[in-house]
Amino acid sequence: MQIKRVIIGLEVHVELRTASKMFCSCSADHFGKEPNTQTCPVCLGLPGALPVPNKKAIEWTLLLGLALGGEIQSFSRFDRKNYFYPDLPKGYQISQYQQPFILGGKITLESGKDIRIERIHLEEDTGKLLHQVIADEPSTLIDYNRSGVALVEIVSQPDLSSSEEAKEYLEKIHQIVRYLGISDADMEKGSMRLEPNVNLEIEDQGQLYYTPIVELKNINSFRFAKKAMEYEIKRQLEIFQEKRIEKGKGNKQTRGWDEDKQMTVPQREKEEASDYRYFPEPDIPPFFFTEKELTAYRLQSTAIELPRAKKERFMSEYGLSDYQAGILTAEKEMAYYFEEVVKFGKVKNIGATETANVIINKRAKEGISPKELVDFIASTKQTITVSEEDIDKIIDALLAAHPEVVESYKKGKVAALGMIVGLIKKQAGAVVPIERIAGRIR
Amino acid sequence: MKLNELTITEAKKGLADKKFSTNELRDDCLAQIKKVDSKIKAFVTVGEQGEEGREGTELSGIPVAIKDVLSTKNLRTTASSKILENYFPVYDGTVVERIKKGGAVIIGKTNCDAFAFGGSTEHSGYGLSYNPWDLSRVPGGSSGGSAAAVAADECLFALGTDTGGSIRQPASFCNITGLKPTYGACPRYGLLAMASSFDCPGPMAKTVEDCEIVFNWMEGEDFHDATSSAGQIKKHIEKQDKIKIGLPKEYFAEGIDEEVKTLVMAAAKLLEQNGFLLEEVTLPRTEYGVPVYYTLIFSEISSNMARYDGIRFGKDRDSFEDEVKRRIMLGTYTLSAGYFDQYYLKASRVRSLVQKDFEEVFKKVDCLLGPVAPTPAFKIGEKSNDPVQLYLEDILTVSANLAGIPSLALPCGFTKENLPVGMQIMGPAFSEEGLFKIGKRYQELTDWHKRKPEIK
Repeated sequence: MQIKRVIIGLEVHVELRTASKMFCSCSADHFGKEPNTQTCPVCLGLPGALPVPNKKAIEWTLLLGLALGGEIQSFSRFDRKNYFYPDLPKGYQISQYQQPFILGGKITLESGKDIRIERIHLEEDTGKLLHQVIADEPSTLIDYNRSGVALVEIVSQPDLSSSEEAKEYLEKIHQIVRYLGISDADMEKGSMRLEPNVNLEIEDQGQLYYTPIVELKNINSFRFAKKAMEYEIKRQLEIFQEKRIEKGKGNKQTRGWDEDKQMTVPQREKEEASDYRYFPEPDIPPFFFTEKELTAYRLQSTAIELPRAKKERFMSEYGLSDYQAGILTAEKEMAYYFEEVVKFGKVKNIGATETANVIINKRAKEGISPKELVDFIASTKQTITVSEEDIDKIIDALLAAHPEVVESYKKGKVAALGMIVGLIKKQAGAVVPIERIAGRIR
Repeated sequence: MKLNELTITEAKKGLADKKFSTNELRDDCLAQIKKVDSKIKAFVTVGEQGEEGREGTELSGIPVAIKDVLSTKNLRTTASSKILENYFPVYDGTVVERIKKGGAVIIGKTNCDAFAFGGSTEHSGYGLSYNPWDLSRVPGGSSGGSAAAVAADECLFALGTDTGGSIRQPASFCNITGLKPTYGACPRYGLLAMASSFDCPGPMAKTVEDCEIVFNWMEGEDFHDATSSAGQIKKHIEKQDKIKIGLPKEYFAEGIDEEVKTLVMAAAKLLEQNGFLLEEVTLPRTEYGVPVYYTLIFSEISSNMARYDGIRFGKDRDSFEDEVKRRIMLGTYTLSAGYFDQYYLKASRVRSLVQKDFEEVFKKVDCLLGPVAPTPAFKIGEKSNDPVQLYLEDILTVSANLAGIPSLALPCGFTKENLPVGMQIMGPAFSEEGLFKIGKRYQELTDWHKRKPEIK
């Protein structure tokens, strides 16, 4: 008996950073705010209150869909997902079921493998439960600041076959979302959440078997998610060997990660999708996008250069290596910074690869403006008359001449190397970072 | 004549001419409540609220009663259900806010079937309301308290809500005038939802003219309600004369009380004598109205009631009245897996066929005229033990809600037992102005609407 294939699908939730919530005008910036200070009749689900959809959130969902290669549906609508939970004030969540905004799309991994996206839909976040002991009584408090914040859900096909692939897929989504500027996608703050669905294809004496699907929930860091997926792969194989239970109707299980025990543990049983009694949200008219509107969204979307395209352009336009281009396009802000420096650097004859090296090797002080960086590079260029190899030689010579400095450094006084920095500047006119000097100490 | 017996138009004139003050007007209403409401029981909560001293607006100082499913800031709003016995909203519903802006003074909250689930006000958590014309009979419902309060001159006008006839049927039973507006014409924000795709707040008053005044304050787009409509009012029936009135034969069919038929037909003839044209038409899907309507509203209700989960409003779910529980259970069933297609989806499809019926008929005629209810007000208890009988009472009213079109109910005569009978005039979406025009003409020709009950 052996694992033929690991089958992982990911549901990724991304909280949009719109100014207001999904269906009311309350501020959506809820992180670290005094509980229940950003609420109104709508997000509290008070009797008679009605949802009015946030146009910006819809627009951003459409842009995300296009960025991931999905299709905007010409007809879409919201549905009600009915279930009881204390953090859900209306007794239903406004979500999208049969007609999501986006169908299809994909993420291409570095290996060239495509991970297909099934759908992207928009919904509202729930409130937060705070479990506390109040007057010796274990109590649960509800904070509705997060209630109604716009949440995008990206559902992949079960195309992922390892936790490493899942990690890369997630990183790519994270990067694209940040590029679009629609969310800070911070897992620590809960603005990006993931729910992996894991099961195994097992081969035994020429026959294929599938283990029951496990949905991993309430995992708040990618490190834990990776551990949980890896644990599940082992656990499901063991359980199958022992009990030989196959995937079947109604045996999907929800498990969470217990960091103390280093294992996944069963959670509240997941209700079958059919029990949510989905039906079209009557408070919000459906959406029809005309061909004209769709064209406008596509135009808007092509105007945004995404990480993959930017990286390729950096390689062809600036002659950067795959490695350099990868680092410089990891974040939109970094890429922008690089291009600004290159632009200003041109007049001072500073090349793009040189700029890339300075930025990547953090040769200059951090946080300085592109113009300041150009000046910095220019100043080092003017005085540097020695080659890199010569600098290494000078460092080695100085270190040999000052054993007391090396001694202090080895005792932990990193600052002692400052003296060497000064001497190099005097001798060769070059500014060399302390790390480089430290690197020469054996 | 006591001030509480005035219409809005008359009171406005009296106030303008300084014949009396707004305080005197309000005091006469409060005195009438004190005098008769122990018999009528139209109110769940009596309490004056409004912009004190707001002058110079059209409704300045006019006392209004508000159906208890409309959210009123700091004024108890129970939906006539025990589950909200101590609920004091933090906000005014849009239509409430608008009439307050117009100067109206809220004099109290009126009884209805709990959450507006019913057609007789017998399903309130706070006891029955009684028909001012015959205290052994129901005032109709669900806006029974609002209708009874207007009929008994406890206020000058009232706000009601109409999901399947809840403004028109009690108006008909109590000899007052009421408008079910086009869906979306009057915003629903702050209306404690029954069935979201049907609910319409609307005016209930003593004359068509008054209904029009109030409607003009209530209507218009609201950025709190995504289903509210803008700028489409006053679109249809612009013809001055030769308006063609259709008489749907299904509304005069078997099962409709003979006296009711005769009175409504006489009203049609009177209009014909005064320049209107009559034509018999057909709305072939009328018979599907009730089953389609109930299937859809139960589904929506089961979801809308979920927020009363026992966590936040102080009362547990065992405080729900029986009719509320019944509807939650039925709606949960119709939305369940395996049944959704068979019930909700199928009913939605028939709903669009009913809408087509109206589209077709409005190609031939400008509006439709028929009875509001199959019978005059029935006896208390007569139908309350048989929910299906009570549901069938709605056969003539639910179609307008399924189609989302406006319908104006107004008095058109009395039975031999001296029970009022109402007729309704339905028009295409956003034809309210046209309906008012016809209704005002009828009320110039008749004085049924001026008759007052002797409360005994």
